[in-house]
Amino acid sequence: MAKSLRVAYGEALQELGEKYPNVVAMDADLAGATMSGMFKAKFPDRFYDFGIAEANMVCEAAGFAHTGLMPFVSTFALFGAGRAFEQIRNSVCYVNANVKFGLSHSGLCVGEDGGSHQSIEDISLMRSLPHMTVLVPCDPIEMKKAVFAAAEINGPVYIRVARPVVEDITKEDDPFEVGKANVLKEGKDVAIFATGLMVSRALKAAEMLEAEGISAAVVNFHTIKPIDKETILRYANSVKGIVTAEEHTVIGGLGSAVAEVMAGNGTAKFAMVGIQDKFGKSGKPEQLFEAYGLTAENIVKNAKSFL
Amino acid sequence: MDYAKKATEIRAEIIKMLYACQSGHPGGSLSCVEMLMTLYYKVMKNLDPKDPHKADRDRFVFSKGHACPTQYAILADLGYFPKEDLAHLRQIDSHLQGHPDMTKTPGVDCNAGSLGQGASIAAGMALAAKHIGADYKVYSVLGDGECQEGLIWEAAMSAAHYKLDNLIFLLDHNGLQIDGSNDEVMSLGDICKKFEAFGWAVEKVDGHDMDAIEAACHNLVPGKPKFICCETVKGKGVSFMENQYGWHGKVMSQQDYEAAMKELEVE
Repeated sequence: MAKSLRVAYGEALQELGEKYPNVVAMDADLAGATMSGMFKAKFPDRFYDFGIAEANMVCEAAGFAHTGLMPFVSTFALFGAGRAFEQIRNSVCYVNANVKFGLSHSGLCVGEDGGSHQSIEDISLMRSLPHMTVLVPCDPIEMKKAVFAAAEINGPVYIRVARPVVEDITKEDDPFEVGKANVLKEGKDVAIFATGLMVSRALKAAEMLEAEGISAAVVNFHTIKPIDKETILRYANSVKGIVTAEEHTVIGGLGSAVAEVMAGNGTAKFAMVGIQDKFGKSGKPEQLFEAYGLTAENIVKNAKSFL
Repeated sequence: MDYAKKATEIRAEIIKMLYACQSGHPGGSLSCVEMLMTLYYKVMKNLDPKDPHKADRDRFVFSKGHACPTQYAILADLGYFPKEDLAHLRQIDSHLQGHPDMTKTPGVDCNAGSLGQGASIAAGMALAAKHIGADYKVYSVLGDGECQEGLIWEAAMSAAHYKLDNLIFLLDHNGLQIDGSNDEVMSLGDICKKFEAFGWAVEKVDGHDMDAIEAACHNLVPGKPKFICCETVKGKGVSFMENQYGWHGKVMSQQDYEAAMKELEVE
């Protein structure tokens, strides 16, 4: 069913709150946008607003974790992973505090707000931190699974929450194992490794390649950290080339994580579809995806370059 | 307990530790000895060295964490770990890190030292205590230079907003920081008035007078967090370090060490 990923996040938090009495939610004056407000509506005495002061919210969340509570911290990805990076590093990750980050409006999808608000480096920042788990759900079904999986992990988890309304790609009974990528489609010529909003575009690219007689595998990396080395190496040794696809800078994101595993291993060629060391700008999300090459067509072009 | 004698012993331990590791921060460690002693020996409740994680204990967050030798000397004195461990401060594989580490040192309630963050975590711990209905208190010692961090004021605003009357900040107001005096580097203005304006109950005391600090810790205002401005002397107890900003993070020579220890001899 088509649904906004942030609404799926809010619904998941509501359900999670019923299961775990120690879950609290926090926001920095964006509860209506991140959908942490849905948790607030259901559990008003388990929600804390810290005002427009993200660094303090992150440290106070660590204080909650030290008290045995499980805070889910929300704001825009840029102001959490970006502005409060050092608080996430020292107050949370350094001590493996049990704080979860559901940071929204990631990537180019904040659209019209422009480059100042488009977080295109959050995956890179978050995956560089020891103890941090990094999850990037691709659809509403995965969003709920990611939220519940995060609660099962004793330590910090970053969930990248995209803004747009998207159709479900995965099924309720598909597995969601943290650190284990899901093969959505097998293929023997090329493989497309995609994450988040690029998964649907990867599937479309695979269809276009099949139409030209090229067999393309599609793998959904809902977990960027820990990265699924086994799946990467399997394809690195079986297909002619691998294309990664992400709504994120190619410096430090999924593409980099895959390249780190492939370096020195396997025979497959390699290409990255992502934002090429540029900032974003204002525009409608679909226009921006087009402008920055985050399209099925660009994935196809890169995949064909291997053959 | 003879607190004056104990304070001199703690200062001697600080000097020994910092001379042994040939690094660290003597000035700001010596200035807050009586502040931490007051908290650990007189004010904080339900502390148990045999059970450092006891649920109902009062918490301590050393926001100016670079002064951790003071905390380590006191924790060792209270029996949280053997005194011999102090000799390994800042050395590889020691549980005594260059800044407080709750995952390594028994008795350390919270990591801190990246300035501003400890105070903010302390506010979170106090708010979380309210959330779970616990009635312990959270104490945090801040540096004055540290108050130049914006995060301190974010934390101060939230503590007043959430009426955290279980949160007590003690400021080690020695007036000096790495590059010079507070006024030369970045003036704090009237720090007491600033906290008052942020909605805190404020008191100013002699930071080397344990009775005065203790009284201020007990003199709380319902519905308000408490800020105690402790007027201190940086390098207190070692004459050539007193009021010298150069001793914020200076390494002691053998001559310095011997001169300091001579001043800190306990009969």
